[in-house]
Amino acid sequence: MGRYVIKRTGAAIATLIAASIVIFAFIHLIPGDPVYVILGDGATPEQVAALRERMGLDEPLVFQYLIWAGNALQGDLGQSIFFETPVTQVIAEGAETSILLATITMFWIVLFGIPIGIFAAIRQGTWVDQGLSGLAMLAASVPTFWVGLYLILIFAAGLGWFPSSGYPSIFEEGGLANLRYLILPSIALAAPNAALILRLTRASMLDVAREDYIRTARAKGIRPYRVVMRHILRNALLAVVSAFGFTFAALISEAVVTETVFALPGIGRTVVQSILRRDYPVIQGVILITVCLYLVINLLVDLSYRLLDPRVELE
Amino acid sequence: MRQLLFAWSRPVMTRPLTTIGVGFLILIVLFAALSPLIAPYAPDQIDPANRLLPPGGPHILGTDHFGRDTFSRIVYGARLALLIGVGVVVFALASGVPIGVLSALYPALGRVLMRMVDVLMSFPSLLLALGLIVILGQGVFNAILAIGLIYLTTTARIVYGVALRLKAEPYVEAARSAGAGTWWIVTRHILPNMISPLLVQASFIFAFAQLGAASLDFLGLGAPPDIPSWGNMLAESRIYITRASWLLLWPGLMIVLTAFSLNLVGDALRDRMDPRFREMIRR
Repeated sequence: MGRYVIKRTGAAIATLIAASIVIFAFIHLIPGDPVYVILGDGATPEQVAALRERMGLDEPLVFQYLIWAGNALQGDLGQSIFFETPVTQVIAEGAETSILLATITMFWIVLFGIPIGIFAAIRQGTWVDQGLSGLAMLAASVPTFWVGLYLILIFAAGLGWFPSSGYPSIFEEGGLANLRYLILPSIALAAPNAALILRLTRASMLDVAREDYIRTARAKGIRPYRVVMRHILRNALLAVVSAFGFTFAALISEAVVTETVFALPGIGRTVVQSILRRDYPVIQGVILITVCLYLVINLLVDLSYRLLDPRVELE
Repeated sequence: MRQLLFAWSRPVMTRPLTTIGVGFLILIVLFAALSPLIAPYAPDQIDPANRLLPPGGPHILGTDHFGRDTFSRIVYGARLALLIGVGVVVFALASGVPIGVLSALYPALGRVLMRMVDVLMSFPSLLLALGLIVILGQGVFNAILAIGLIYLTTTARIVYGVALRLKAEPYVEAARSAGAGTWWIVTRHILPNMISPLLVQASFIFAFAQLGAASLDFLGLGAPPDIPSWGNMLAESRIYITRASWLLLWPGLMIVLTAFSLNLVGDALRDRMDPRFREMIRR
């Protein structure tokens, strides 16, 4: 186990370093002088000179990368051009919305995806299974923003059950009740991802059901319910949990669109606005942080997977 | 050739829902090919007197906020949908297949290339596409590149896995020991056996390219607004949804049905695939 942890962690760090080089190169790949790319065209000569100095733009690219990566490691992701505040602060302001949105969305995904997937697997081949699997595929084919717009149209504009846009912090007036602002967005965001988890749960249940030890368990005379719950489900869920890393990455991507539809003050909407404002350091910072998060989550998933199933080897 | 066609059409045609899906896809192709004949109006014909008309009358699906005919724009939108889908599939296969095959044939090269693919995969897909759009600028071609880059990685991974297994097959070893060169083995044994997983992968890529392009359009970072695309139609109708909710329905339905049909076809093809490769293609 110790060797596995070291090897797996090393691989994650290597990937992070390579990814950070790509993210660093981003500013240099945008056409134009990086200083003006970062500061915008209205920069004063003093600002230009200061940034040139800070980024070490007269140094070779390798040193520039080391300076940038060193700053990032110390929590300095540069300055936002638009807000003229540190990038970390801009990201932190969107963090509450994005984290809560992701958490509630994950809750829906687990609540609907897994049980319905199990149910479809138990009823394999029947019309119930075919109907549920078909519905899941339909849900996976729907753009999240389209679902979002219909939810707004029906439940916000029509019935008035939920607010249509925005999100005041739970630490402001209204407290936890402000979470109702996140109900519709989280449903829109959860729909396609819950569908994918449903399909994965079903497929992985059916895979496990074909194993020899399941036949043995049935032959021993264990009650069918117990075989499903103790023998099949437990092993099938391993594959489902290991897909949560990808689900998380999908959530980050799709939250960009969902937060725009519902005008939520989250990190996703910050990215879109930063693209339109040409606030490149913010985009760079968000991408770096999400890649880090993705790698950490995948690392934890892989390590816990190995802990649960010691047969797993590093490829 | 006829036999091959029969073998491919059977799994698709024995399921009623999938058959309907194929029918819908044929309809889309017809829309794209014959747009000027099918559409009653020009897609950009502005008619200020008839703004936001509900469905019915001469405008069967209504008009938008410029008085443009929704049905005509839907018909012309099929062109961009197909262009994006084909473009992304071609880009993903043309780049992913060589990367995957070369990596499997030359393990030293493979370690480097597959590592690079891993790195690209650590970026959330839409953020990767958005980053590329920032560098390249907005436009249809750049949207294809940006979405294609996402599927380059998954395609390369799958091809790599399939090629590794094929490389170890007895008939490949037999060919090699009989003196066959690398080029012969790749073109005669590896690529032909890869057609079915690639076809499955292509239909899924085509489906998700629709959703990706729609997201880019919706964010205002995809096709330019003067091109009629279903994503742009949704983005423009957004502020009118309470007054003219039907504007939201048709383009969205086209995107959903196109993606759904392609997913159904991909699923049907996957079920007839070699079971050893089936597990590699999961979405």
